[in-house]
Amino acid sequence: MALSGLDIYKLLPKTNCRQCGLATCLAFAMQLAKKAVVIEKCPFISIEAKDTLEAQALPPIRLISLGSNEGKFEIGNETVMFRHEEKFRNPAGLGFIIDDNLGEVEIKQRLEKINQLKFERVGQLLEVNLIAIQYNKDAKNFLETTELVLNNSSLPILLMCSDLSVLKQAIIFAKERKPLLYSATKENFAQIGALAKEFQLPLVVVAQDIDSLTQLTGELKAIGVSDLILDTGVKPIADKIWDLTQLRRQALKKSNRALGYPGLVIVDKIDSYEEAMEATAYIAKYASIILIKGIKTWEILSILTLRQNIYTDPQKPLQIEPKLYPIGRVSEKSPVLITTNFSLSYYTVLGEVESSKIPSYILSVDTEGMSVLTAWAAEKFNAETITKSLDKNGIKDVINHKNLIIPGYVAVLSGDLEEQSGFKVIVGPKEAAGIPAFLKNLN
Amino acid sequence: METQLVLEKWIGVISTVTIGANKEEGGSRANTVKIGGQSSLPLLFKEGNIPNRPVIAFEIWDTPPLDWPEELNSAYGKVLNDPFAWADKCVNEFKAQLLCVRMQGTHPDFGNKNPQEAAKFISMLLNKVKVPLVIIGSGDDAKDNLIMPACSEVAKGERCLIGCAVQDNYKTLVASVLADGHNIIAESPIDINIAKQLNILISDMGLSLERIVINSTIGALGYGLEYAYSILERARLAALSGDKTLASPFICFVGQEAWRAKEAKVDAHHGIIWETITATSLIQSGADLLVMRHPVAVEKVTKYINAFFDK
Repeated sequence: MALSGLDIYKLLPKTNCRQCGLATCLAFAMQLAKKAVVIEKCPFISIEAKDTLEAQALPPIRLISLGSNEGKFEIGNETVMFRHEEKFRNPAGLGFIIDDNLGEVEIKQRLEKINQLKFERVGQLLEVNLIAIQYNKDAKNFLETTELVLNNSSLPILLMCSDLSVLKQAIIFAKERKPLLYSATKENFAQIGALAKEFQLPLVVVAQDIDSLTQLTGELKAIGVSDLILDTGVKPIADKIWDLTQLRRQALKKSNRALGYPGLVIVDKIDSYEEAMEATAYIAKYASIILIKGIKTWEILSILTLRQNIYTDPQKPLQIEPKLYPIGRVSEKSPVLITTNFSLSYYTVLGEVESSKIPSYILSVDTEGMSVLTAWAAEKFNAETITKSLDKNGIKDVINHKNLIIPGYVAVLSGDLEEQSGFKVIVGPKEAAGIPAFLKNLN
Repeated sequence: METQLVLEKWIGVISTVTIGANKEEGGSRANTVKIGGQSSLPLLFKEGNIPNRPVIAFEIWDTPPLDWPEELNSAYGKVLNDPFAWADKCVNEFKAQLLCVRMQGTHPDFGNKNPQEAAKFISMLLNKVKVPLVIIGSGDDAKDNLIMPACSEVAKGERCLIGCAVQDNYKTLVASVLADGHNIIAESPIDINIAKQLNILISDMGLSLERIVINSTIGALGYGLEYAYSILERARLAALSGDKTLASPFICFVGQEAWRAKEAKVDAHHGIIWETITATSLIQSGADLLVMRHPVAVEKVTKYINAFFDK
């Protein structure tokens, strides 16, 4: 939460000395609140007040960049508790834990499969983000696996190793890729913190409760490590959701800097469905990195789709390319249904047209992503825009009839549209669900 | 140094709706199901009371389903051709706590059964299975206004959950539900204001807010799920902050939406995970009653719910 001018005023010397160039401290405070001047202009400000004000200028949850080149991604910098308030900004990274004792063949197979986990949905490319290499008490395995991963995947990596001398060797292999280190604990934070500092790497901090986390992030910050990610360890799902919610609230509602870092969770489930349910719960509720083991296509597709949904901007709906879409084995006799380019409108109509099994054209009119009624009210979906879209898509060359089907809710457009387009307008059902029956009765 | 937790203090409580009436209550159900009653956001057990877990109703039809994909049909097999055998399988084999029967066969395009036939069907179903019932029409407003009063009347005293009342067609259904002692589903098209308005209209007719379950309508995973997700979240926040006209439990028709998704038709795994994740994501934002189709998806989601509530 940003400080108001009055809040800032309370922190100033209140001497109205004019050294800052403004007439009063209050005026200076107001300018500070607007970020129109810098705090250094005040020569008499106390160090505490300066720290407070500087901390206020930072995002409440630290923005952290993972990886170096291809696949690089950012997490953190979130500003709200609920996605309807404002867009959730940086989609949670989905990573895969690879045990270093699986053997070269198996590891290579997994990496190959992970490399293929890319999906296109509603015009966006959905991708996985991270490979986590898990140490199992054999230095050789860990280093060999690290090398295998470096050579066979371009994703950012996370090194999970409790033996810090082994970890250091792996870091030296991988340093170009800016690996994320796992993990700092009460026992090892000074040593692993030194590694993170030496190589300028982000670090996961693990502690069961938020008091211990607070203490650890404080210690690490004091030695100069501030790209931190928080993990509250292995717990039942209800407790994890509580922890993640609490961390987000601490950062946003109390501006608690010690906990203003993104969160990481490890999902430990063998069953793919259970793993997906838990992973998606953490995506919805505030985790910024989720580590799983499963690599089945359908499981990953479901998780990434949920992530896409949750991180969609609520103010800026997903849109599709406005154009004429042939559905099924269309012919020049096929009916033409008109809708908007709001993804949900289009895909709902699409689903019903498909289930009708009647080959049809869907014309998606550019309504800047607005739904039918909203676009109609905003004059983005009217006789003029529809006619323009019909012409642009060369509808007359595609069909040999003169009929257009419009959504039932905009029946009022019929007259104007007939006049402007020269087509005959048939008013379709109000709800997409009525499309199959409507199309069947059309002839 | 101890970190002070940030706790929300809510003043509102979601109403508790009981579905089904046993013998003492004037019905004939073997069990009853309670939904709602919480004074906390979903799954945040440490700052409010969450007395009832989310519940899953198996969806059955009064007629063999025409548009269900093979991945779904194969989970049931032949019983889909016999609604009573279908209901029986859900209850006895899949351990359904309640059933949601869709009177699809009354739709003018799908059988056009008359009110007497519909009533007879409900009466036989109530004899066949002893779990509470959710009864919904075929979605054809005019026909539902003929059918649903008959279904309501024949189930009098069984305290069913009956739907769906919509903004421009609610009076007939509300009158029946009032007369026959049921609860009602109030449906609004992903719109919190209409949901609120409809709740007020219904309660103005004398049906108390405590007998309303909101169907905000949903989109499946990848098909507008986020709209429903946020509508549930917003309505729940408003209710907990004291808005009684939105303090109703939510019913979500998960199966119906999930199995329409293109992805759900790739193979059984895709379909089941689509239904599963649609359900669990909506639980996360406030769903209390989920109407589902695939028995494996129901099994997975049940296990997920129990992990939160079995302490």
